[in-house]
Parts: sequence; C-alpha cells; structure tokens
Amino acid sequence: MTALLPPALTAQLPILPVLLPLLAAPLCILLRQGAWTANLALATAAAAAALSALLLAHTLSGDTLFYALGGFPPPFGIAYRIDAANAAVLLLVSAAASLALLHTRPLLDTEIPPERQALFHTAFLLCLCGLLGVAATGDAFNAFVFLEISSLATYGLVAMGRSRRALTAAYRYLILGTIGASLFVIGVGFLYMATGTLNMSDLALRLPATPHRALVEAGFALIVIGLGLKAAMFPLHFWLPGVYTHAPSSVAIFLAAAATKVALYLLARFLFIVFPDAAGLSTSLAASLLLPTALVAMFLAALAAVRQDDIRRLLAYSSVAQIGFMLLALSLGSREGIAAAWLILLTHGLVKGGLFMSVTAISLRLGGSRLDDWSGGARIMPYSFAILVIGLASLVGVPLTAGFIGKWALLEALFAPSLIAGMDSAQWLLAALTVAASLLTFLYAGRILERLLAAGATASSAVPGASPAPLAQQGQSGGADENESGVAVGNQGGVAGEGESDGEGEGKRTIHEAPTLMLILTGAMAFASLFFGFYATPLRALSEAAATALLGGF
Amino acid sequence: MDPLALLTAGYNYWMAIILMMIGFHITLSHGNLVKKIIGMNVFQTSLFLLYISIGNVAGGQVPILTAAKDAIYSNPLPHVLILTAIVVGVSNTALGLALVARIHQAYGSIEEDEILAADNAAEPGAP
Repeated sequence: MTALLPPALTAQLPILPVLLPLLAAPLCILLRQGAWTANLALATAAAAAALSALLLAHTLSGDTLFYALGGFPPPFGIAYRIDAANAAVLLLVSAAASLALLHTRPLLDTEIPPERQALFHTAFLLCLCGLLGVAATGDAFNAFVFLEISSLATYGLVAMGRSRRALTAAYRYLILGTIGASLFVIGVGFLYMATGTLNMSDLALRLPATPHRALVEAGFALIVIGLGLKAAMFPLHFWLPGVYTHAPSSVAIFLAAAATKVALYLLARFLFIVFPDAAGLSTSLAASLLLPTALVAMFLAALAAVRQDDIRRLLAYSSVAQIGFMLLALSLGSREGIAAAWLILLTHGLVKGGLFMSVTAISLRLGGSRLDDWSGGARIMPYSFAILVIGLASLVGVPLTAGFIGKWALLEALFAPSLIAGMDSAQWLLAALTVAASLLTFLYAGRILERLLAAGATASSAVPGASPAPLAQQGQSGGADENESGVAVGNQGGVAGEGESDGEGEGKRTIHEAPTLMLILTGAMAFASLFFGFYATPLRALSEAAATALLGGF
Repeated sequence: MDPLALLTAGYNYWMAIILMMIGFHITLSHGNLVKKIIGMNVFQTSLFLLYISIGNVAGGQVPILTAAKDAIYSNPLPHVLILTAIVVGVSNTALGLALVARIHQAYGSIEEDEILAADNAAEPGAP
C-alpha cells in the first residue's frame, strides 16, 4: 500500500485528506464555472477518500500515525493522530461527500442557480474539510475550529435549499450550533485551566493527576452537551429534521451519511481517550445520562418518524433514533460496545446515505418527497423502488443486510462478559428494548412502502400475490419483479382507479425511471448494503480495530 | 470560603457567567431574529472574557521576552486561542445576519411567530 505513494508524501499522509479540500475550496471561487467547480469538488472528495482509504490500510493493523503541524512537537504544537477509529470516520466522510456530489450531478443546474454553483462547491469543500479535520485532529481546540468551519459551511449550504423553509432551518441550526460549539469550547477551556494542555493524549495523561476535580467535571459536562448538540443526541436534536428536509439534496445526502457521525466520534474520543480513568467520569455519565437518553431517543424519535408526512423528515427522525442506538452501544463502555457502536455508525452512514440517494432519485420523478407525492410510485419507478426497499430493510435491520450486523453486534455486546458492573442485571431489559426499538423502525419503513404501493392497489390486486410481497419485506428482488409485472397490468387496468389518485392523470402511470447514473449509484449502495450483510467480516474487523484504538490508551 | 470572598476572588468568572446567562436568555426568549443573534453575540463574548481572564498570571507582565531572568509572564496561549474564537464569532454573526436578510426577503418579516404563521398558512401541518 505504501508503495503507491513516494515516501515524502507518505510522511504527510495524515494531513493530506484535510488539506486537499481546504486548498480546493478557494480554487472553486477562482474557477467560477459551475461545471468545472463541480468536477473539482468531486475530484477533491474522491482524492480525499482514496487518501483516507490509504490511512485506514496503514492503521488497521493497530498502528497509530502522528503528524506534528509545522514541525512543533506535541504537546506544544497541534498534532494529528490517526488510528483505526478515526481513519474509518475519515473514509466514511470523504466517501459520502464523493458519492453525494456524483449522485446529484444531474440535479445541479435545477437545484443551484448557475451563478451560485462555484460558491456552493466552495462551501461544500469547506464543510468536508471541517468534518475531516475534526476527525483527524488530536488537539481539543483545533477540533473546535474545524467543528466551526464545517458548521459555518453547513449553515450556508442548507440555506441554498429551494424552499424558503431552508432559510429558517439554517438559521435555527446556526443559533443552536453556535451555542453547542461555545459550550464545547468552554469545556475545553476548563480542561486547559486544570491541566495547561490542549493535546488530547496529553490531557489523558494529566487529567487523573489534577487536583481540580470540579473544574474537570464541569468541563466534561460542557463538552458532552456541546458535542451532543452537534451529534443530535436526543433532547438536543431539534435542528436536525429541518436541516435534512430542506437542504439541497447533495447536502442532505452528505450530512445524513456523515455529519452527526463525526461529532459522535469526537464524543467517543473524549469519553474513552481523554476521560477514561478520570475517576469514573465516563462510566458514571454513561449510566446516568447517555444510556437513558439513548433509549428515549430510540423510541420517541422512531414514533415521531412514524407521524411524518415528508419522507426526508421521516428519515431525519429515523437518524435521531439510530444515533440513540449508537449512543446506547457507546454507553456500555466495553470493548464490544464500542465495536458495535462503530459498526452501527459505519453501516448507518452507508444505509442512510443510500436511502437519501434513493429518495433524491425518486423525488426527482415523482415531484417531491412528501408521502402524498409518492402514492403508487412503485409502478412508475420499479427499479428505484426495489433499491429503496433494500435500503429500508437494511435500516430496519433485516437479517442479511448491513443494518442487521450492527444491531446484532449491539445485542452481542449487551451479553458480553466485560459489561461494566451494575449493568449486567439490566441486560435482558436492554436487549428487549433494543429489539423493540428495531421493530419500531418497521412501522415507519412500512409506511413509506405502503404509500408507494397504495393508490394503485386495484391494479396490483389484478396480479395474484403481488400486493402482500412488499410489506413482508423479504425477497426484495422477487418483489421488484412482481411490481414490474404489476406495472404492465396497471397501464391497462389501472385507468379505472385513476380518479382516486391525486389527479396527475395517466402520465403518472408509465414507467419513468431515475437517470441511469442515479440508478447505478443507488443500486451500488443497495448492493453494498447486501454485500456487507452477507459478508460482515471486513466491517467487523474494522470496528474491532477501532475499539482497540479507542480503548488501547494513547 | 465566606460568600464575599467567593464573589470577589473569582469576579471574572461571575462576570462571564452573568454575561453568558444574559446572552442565553436573549437568544431563547426573543422572537426577533436579529435580537437572537445579539444574544448569541453576548453569549460568545462571555466565553472570550473567560478565556482571556484565565490567561492572567498573578504579578505577570506582558508576554514579551525581556532580559530579566526571573520575570513572570502572563500566559499568551489563551489570547491566541480566543483570537481564533473571535474570528469564528464574527463569521457566525455575519452569516446569521445574512440569513436574517434572506429570511426577510422571503417572508417579509423577521419575527419568529410571524414566520411560523406564514409557513403554516402556506402548508398546514408541516412544522
């Protein structure tokens, strides 16, 4: 792997993924041409993804890469610190950015006015740079700066959405995001007051020895709340649904796949590397705060998702619920728990990114992402629908999909012997709640499927066996075939039922698939979801390595 | 520690806390979008104050290297950090005000309740 790059570059590898988007962002302004900047942004994101993959290859064996910015040795200078845990996050973020840009390329001119495309890509690259920086850095204050770079870019990106609600969503996110980041930086300041250092590894060394307990505890609380806001941890998630719903589709895909994961990663880094032994702060926090809120999120957000009429908003609430799963896994504090959290984090990035890509493709043809727009859509876009079904099945956690391996690892972690003391009595209860919350996912996934099939029910009932298949969720490919045959019948026999649908007329009844590029990409995401469901070994190895990196000290 | 000493010894912290709560209160309680941003600004200013005040070393002088061997210097690092945070704060304010300007164009109002009402009138049900 190292032979791919000259040695001089290999030494610089930890900073390159962060540096590339930072350098390409102002280039976008100079280039001005929308199409060129789109290509540049895509190439940069892809290059960052390739470099992140290289970093992951380096760190998977348990190595840790250090990079001292400007040659100042840590703890005096800013140090980057790459291990398996954040290399995986780097890859997730940069791959999500590449896919989001590539997928929405056909939409670019309809979503973003040509004169703003260059600025749009500038902001997109800065957002990418910020998220990668948060993941790569080993310096607490530097993390704040990158967090704000990504947040500021995100506010601007969200505001470029087509609906005027995008503006209010961006404004709300700006206010809450700024408060969250401020709390985080006050917490970092408290830690600095107690220890005199900002380097995370150095903090970990000095915190146990500091006499200023109250300061450390207050700083810890502020950091957890600040990052919780950025990660949409349950009671602090109010900014998220509006942002995911009204942002331009490429931004929604990118944020849904990657943004909250980065804040979650940083939270994990503080929990397990900076604070692990500071008199049980992390464990007491896990038991008293993270675990209960995670459980509430898993249920309340899922119930909120069921009640949504807009599919993007529905999926946004689903994200809040899934973050609950990740936090539950993290709050276990055990090796298995962290590995499960990383599995859920990675698979959820894959699945939710893929779902938002599907939703983008389907909304393009069906005229919107409201459930009403989607009535009977399965007959218009059979392939896209089949792909969406796979994505939803993976979100639910149906066996043999990527979503399943994460949930399964969480259940395994609950029964692992290394569970922290005091929690083992509750393991059956927690396992039951986890399964119940997973089943709730069924409700909202089923609601999308029901609506996609609903209005043309008369047509599909003409084909025996066609209608029950999709709700049963199994046999995705089989379901798609039946739907295709249902389309043929629907074209002739569905005219009678036309009056009941939303009056768009016969034009809606012909097959009108998404652009080929979108179909291929969403298909690839669905395939990846099935592939990792069948063959979980690589992701499992990766999450184990991440857990080792986070628990293995500094 | 008796209450008066607690008040005077850490008066910089008290100031930061009071400023922060004023800012937080303005941000949460006001419906006017510009006033919310003012509140956010006050909130951030309190954190600048906190950082800058912790850089002070008792009896310390300006951190410029002098010939004196036993000179005590104030800690310049928090000041450097807070320069970055001030830049972030300015960007946040600028972006926030730009958003408010766009919201005013789109809705004809910068009052939160009127914007909500306009959204509900256009599309009932969706929050």
